[in-house]
Amino acid sequence: MGLKESLHNFKEKNKDKKWLPAFSAIHTFLYLPNETTHNGTHIKVADDLKRTMNTVIMAMVPCLIFGMFNAGYQHNLQVGEVQAVAGSFFSSEFWTMANFMIGFWKIIPLVIVSYGVGLGIEFIFAIIKGHEVEEGYLVTGMLVPLIVPVDIPLWMLAVAVVFGVVIGKEVFGGTGMNILNPALTIRAFLFFAYPTWMSGDKVWVEGAVERTKEIAAGANLDAISGETILGSLAQGKEAGYEVMDMFLGFIPGSVGETSALLILLGGLFLIFAKIGSWRIMLSSVIGALVMGLIFNQVVDSGWITESSKFYGLMSTTWWHHLLIGGFAFGTVFMATDPVTASQTNKGKWIYGFFVGFISIMIRVFNPAYPEGVMLAILLMNVFAPTIDHYVVQGNVKKRKKRLNAKVA
Amino acid sequence: MGLLSRKDSKLILDPLADDNPITIQVLGICSALAITAQLKASIVMAISVLFVLGAGNVVISLIRNIIPSKIRIIVQLTVVAALVIIVDQVLKAFSYQLSKELGAFIGLIITNCIIMGRFEAFALGNGPWRSFLDGIGNALGYGVILIIVGFFRELLGSGTLLGFKVLGDPIAKTGLYSIGYENNGFMLLAPMALIVVGVIIWVQRTRNKALIED
Repeated sequence: MGLKESLHNFKEKNKDKKWLPAFSAIHTFLYLPNETTHNGTHIKVADDLKRTMNTVIMAMVPCLIFGMFNAGYQHNLQVGEVQAVAGSFFSSEFWTMANFMIGFWKIIPLVIVSYGVGLGIEFIFAIIKGHEVEEGYLVTGMLVPLIVPVDIPLWMLAVAVVFGVVIGKEVFGGTGMNILNPALTIRAFLFFAYPTWMSGDKVWVEGAVERTKEIAAGANLDAISGETILGSLAQGKEAGYEVMDMFLGFIPGSVGETSALLILLGGLFLIFAKIGSWRIMLSSVIGALVMGLIFNQVVDSGWITESSKFYGLMSTTWWHHLLIGGFAFGTVFMATDPVTASQTNKGKWIYGFFVGFISIMIRVFNPAYPEGVMLAILLMNVFAPTIDHYVVQGNVKKRKKRLNAKVA
Repeated sequence: MGLLSRKDSKLILDPLADDNPITIQVLGICSALAITAQLKASIVMAISVLFVLGAGNVVISLIRNIIPSKIRIIVQLTVVAALVIIVDQVLKAFSYQLSKELGAFIGLIITNCIIMGRFEAFALGNGPWRSFLDGIGNALGYGVILIIVGFFRELLGSGTLLGFKVLGDPIAKTGLYSIGYENNGFMLLAPMALIVVGVIIWVQRTRNKALIED
C-alpha cells in the first residue's frame, strides 16, 4: 500500500473530525483527491487554483533572488565593501556569495513569518468554517516579503499579516470574495501603523537602523543610509542613479521591487501563461506615461518653478516613472490580481489606466506618500466592481437597442 | 431590578446590547470615529451625550402634545442646541483644556443621529419617565461602545490609558518599548476606529446569531 492510498484511507477514517480541512489541505497539495464531481456537467482542466498560484510564485522567484543579492549589495556598498556596479547586469561586484548571504538571512525570515502567520490564520478559519483550506494565501505570502523594506521587524510583519488576512480577506468570506488585495492591505497597514519603518532613509539598507543605534550608543562608526530615488526626488534632490541602474535594479527600495528588468520578465511569463492580464499591465503603463507627460508639460510651460515642492518629482522625465519605486511591481503582480481587478475586458482597460494615472498623481502631489502605486491600486480595487457594472450595463443597453431596431 | 418594572428596565438594558445604537442601528458613527483616539475624550463625550439625551428626551416628552407636528424638527433642534450649549459652557468653565481638545465635536452632538432619532422614535410618543429611561439607556449603549473603542485606540495607538504610560515610556525605552515594541500609528487614524467598531459588531453577531440580518 503506497503513501497515496494510506493518506486516502486516513482521510476516510477521520471524515467527521474538525481538523480534517487542515489535513486535506496538505493532502491535496501532494496528490489529486480521489473524489470526482457527481452531478452536472463539468469541464476538466489542468490549471486549478493551486497551479495558477504556483505560476505566479514562479514569476516572482527571480525578483526574490535578485532582492537577496541586492539587499547585501546595498549594505556592502554603504560600508565600502564593494564598488558600485555601473550599468552591467552581470557585474562580479554584485553576484557575490557575501552579498547573497546577507540578503538570504534577512529575507528568508520575512518569507517564513509571512507564510507561517498567514497560512496559520487560513487553517484556523477553515477549521472554524468547516470547509477546505483555500489556496489564496500562497501568492500573498510571497508578495508580502517582496514589498516591505528589508529591515522591517518581524513582529510588525506578523501583526500586519494578521490584520491583512483577517480584515482584508476572511471577513469578506475568504479567497475570491475579498474587495482589496490582501498583500497591499498588509503593506498599507504597515505604512500607516509604523511609518518610521516604512519610509525615510534608514530602512532601505540592511543594518542602517542598527548602525544608527550603535552610533547613538557611542560607537565610532560611519552612519549608513540609503534614500530611495522617490524619496530623493520628493525632497527636490537629484536621483543619483543612472537610468540603466534603475532598470536593472541596483537601487535601494523594498526587497523585490527594484529590478524593472526581472519584473518585466515575470510579467511576460504571466502573460504567456495566460494568468496575468496584459490589458491591465499595458493600460496601467499608458496611464502612468500620460500622467508623466502631463506633469512634464506643466513644468515645460513654466507653471511650476524650482521653488515648488512638487518640482522634483514633476520634472522627472516621464518614462522614468516606470522604473523607479514600486510602480512596475505593483502593475505586474498586484494590479492584475484576478479577484480584485475588473473582470470585463473593457473594464480592465479603464481600471488599469486609472491605476497608472493615479499612481503617478499621488506620487507627485503627495510627497509624504511617495508610494502612490499602493494607494492607487487599493483605490481602484474598490472601484473595480462599479466599472464592471457599467461596462455590463452598457453592453446590455447596446444589445437591447439592436434588438429593438430589428423588431421595428 | 426592584426599582424598575421589567418593561422599564428593558428600556435601559436593550440599548446596551441587542439594540445598541452604534453596533446594531449603526447611528452616531461620526463621533465614534472622530473623538475615540483617546479614552478621556471618549468618556467625556459619553457623559455629555448621556446628559443631553436624558434631559432632551424628558423635555421633548413633556411638550410632546403641544408641538405642532409640522415644525417638530425645529423644536427638537432648539432643545438639543440649548442642552449642548450648557454642556459646552460647563466644559469650558471647568475643564478648558479638554474642551479645546474636543473642539467642535461637543457642538456637533447636535447632529448626532442617535439624539434626533430617539426624540422622533420615542420621546414624541411616551411619557417623561419612560423617555428619560430610554434616553439614559441609549446614551449608555453609545457610551459603552465609545469607551471600548477609545480604550483600544489609546492603548495600542499611544501606549497610554487616560494619559498614564501603562506600556512604558517610548522615548526612554522602558517597559514594553525596551524589547522593540512600537505604537501603532494607524490606531490614531479614523479608519481604524471604523474597523474596531466593525470588529465589535462581528463579535456581537457571532455571539448572538439572531442579530444577523440577510
